[in-house]
Amino acid sequence: MKQFLSFVRKEFKHIFRDKRTMLILLGMPIVQIILFGFAITTEVQNVRVAIVDPSKDISTQHIIDKINASKYFEVKRVINATNQIEKVFRHGEVDLAIVFEERFNENLNHTGKARIRLIADATDPNTAITEVNYATSIVAAVQQEMIGTNAVPIQIIPEVKMLYNPQMESAYSFVPGVMGLILMLICAMMTSISIVREKETGTMEVLLVSPMKPIYIILSKAMPYFVLSCVNLINILLLSVFVLGVPIAGSLVWLVVVSFMFIMVCLSLGLLISTIAKTQVAAMLMSGMVLMMPALLLSGMIYPVENMPAILEWISNIVPARWFISSVRKLMIQGLDVSYVLKEIAILTGMAIFLIVVSLKKFKVRLQ
Amino acid sequence: MEVGKAIITDRLTKTFGGFTAVDSISFSVDKGEIFGFLGANGAGKTTAMRMLCGLSKPTSGKGVVAGFDISRQSEKVKRNIGYMSQKFSLYEDLEVWENMRLFAGIYGMGDKEIIEKTDEVLNRLGFYEEKNTLVKDLPLGWKQKLAFSTAIFHEPKIVFLDEPTGGVDPVTRRQFWELIYQAADGGITVFVTTHYMDEAEYCNKVSIMVDGRIEALDTPLRLKQQFNTSTMNGVFQQLAQTASRNE
Repeated sequence: MKQFLSFVRKEFKHIFRDKRTMLILLGMPIVQIILFGFAITTEVQNVRVAIVDPSKDISTQHIIDKINASKYFEVKRVINATNQIEKVFRHGEVDLAIVFEERFNENLNHTGKARIRLIADATDPNTAITEVNYATSIVAAVQQEMIGTNAVPIQIIPEVKMLYNPQMESAYSFVPGVMGLILMLICAMMTSISIVREKETGTMEVLLVSPMKPIYIILSKAMPYFVLSCVNLINILLLSVFVLGVPIAGSLVWLVVVSFMFIMVCLSLGLLISTIAKTQVAAMLMSGMVLMMPALLLSGMIYPVENMPAILEWISNIVPARWFISSVRKLMIQGLDVSYVLKEIAILTGMAIFLIVVSLKKFKVRLQ
Repeated sequence: MEVGKAIITDRLTKTFGGFTAVDSISFSVDKGEIFGFLGANGAGKTTAMRMLCGLSKPTSGKGVVAGFDISRQSEKVKRNIGYMSQKFSLYEDLEVWENMRLFAGIYGMGDKEIIEKTDEVLNRLGFYEEKNTLVKDLPLGWKQKLAFSTAIFHEPKIVFLDEPTGGVDPVTRRQFWELIYQAADGGITVFVTTHYMDEAEYCNKVSIMVDGRIEALDTPLRLKQQFNTSTMNGVFQQLAQTASRNE
């Protein structure tokens, strides 16, 4: 035990003495959360608009002029048929389509109601919401204006359609994503680098000759990064609750349990990498390519898993971050009961056990 | 175990697949002796040494180090030896005394003992002022001496030195060997591999490995007589020429 403690103390010293790395490890999550957090409230400007106007009457023209006059919007395309909307979106020519119903002015004057449809590209849900809100408020302003001149009460009804991301994944979905990314970075990458560093400098050899048991070497290596991860976890949660106003809707206890499970998976991944990689650079590249890229792209952090091509969706099943992010979303954002994340917890537990066994085995083989 | 022997091996062999790295070596090292373990690169020195340190299990044969069987009691072997690797093996980002405390702690020494011993060792080395210096700020020669002092800090019965003086200037090498003599006088058996033939002359006994086998084992003086040459380098050259293994 004393051996173990003096070794853990040494590991902490390595981290504390390396001020730059420590700054990155503790500072990055804070910066990321704040950046992401404030990025979502940024104004949108020069939104490219496509117009579908089968009516071509004074009311629709009036609304189009107002939209065009606003500093937020710019009418890029006028389309004749509704079936072309999909095409211009696919080509990335427009961000928002405004579709008027037929006989817009007539309906407005006779029935007092007219419909306008707003179609937004919701791959970036935050921007889409802002765009639609701006457009709706312009339409509402026009309506107010018309009520002033018209005797009959009129109502323009906007219908909103979100393309590509119809569920409108919560705007706060980046919080679970950042948590996944940070934990992966600290636990997996840093652990693997710190073990490989000792191989590189030759100190690992001296440790292996010493009476210190290999399992203790590994445990004490993982310890500081485990502590750092917990600190970061607390930081991220505090920031999202108090600075960004993202509530922890579900059970905090289970959130912590799931996070611990994920930390275990990441630590053992780091260990596994350290048994394969021979140099620190190799360890870094491996954790970057094998861990970070999938965690970024396939975990649902940026692109919803549901909208991926089948093969990528299938591959995403083996990305631990996917299950972690999904369970944190359910527990933290949606406030669901733990019974909804049992599948995720089971998968993460399975992964942790599998990886620990494999990497310990590999580590032992290396000693022979 | 024979009294007075620090290391005994009996037909110790290690094969990797079809390749026999160490081929049935038998030798013994007396307590307090400085034993030079020589051989060209690839002759099997490192593999033999790894087996003696308990890092690698022998394929066949027997070895006893500090009174313990290397196959079955490797944990006890590890407790009783010190090791200094060919690469510089202290932690650069720890202070001098922190390195000593760490390794002493790993070998199970008590805190109070460690503190007293650290001061004593540093004083003896004339190195007390550098107690709180980060190791990376020291010159290479000093690092090497410090690594050796750390390797014998817990007073092991045997210390294994794997090419300890690589890349060090002659003056420092000389000083380093004085430390080795001091340790041997204190009763520690020294098992050292080296590439420098002048260092081989400093050893009490020398073995030379060729192609996984020990081809010569005696005092430097008698080896020189046997091979009819005036330097250890001459002995080594004659034996190395018989090697069939490529590096």
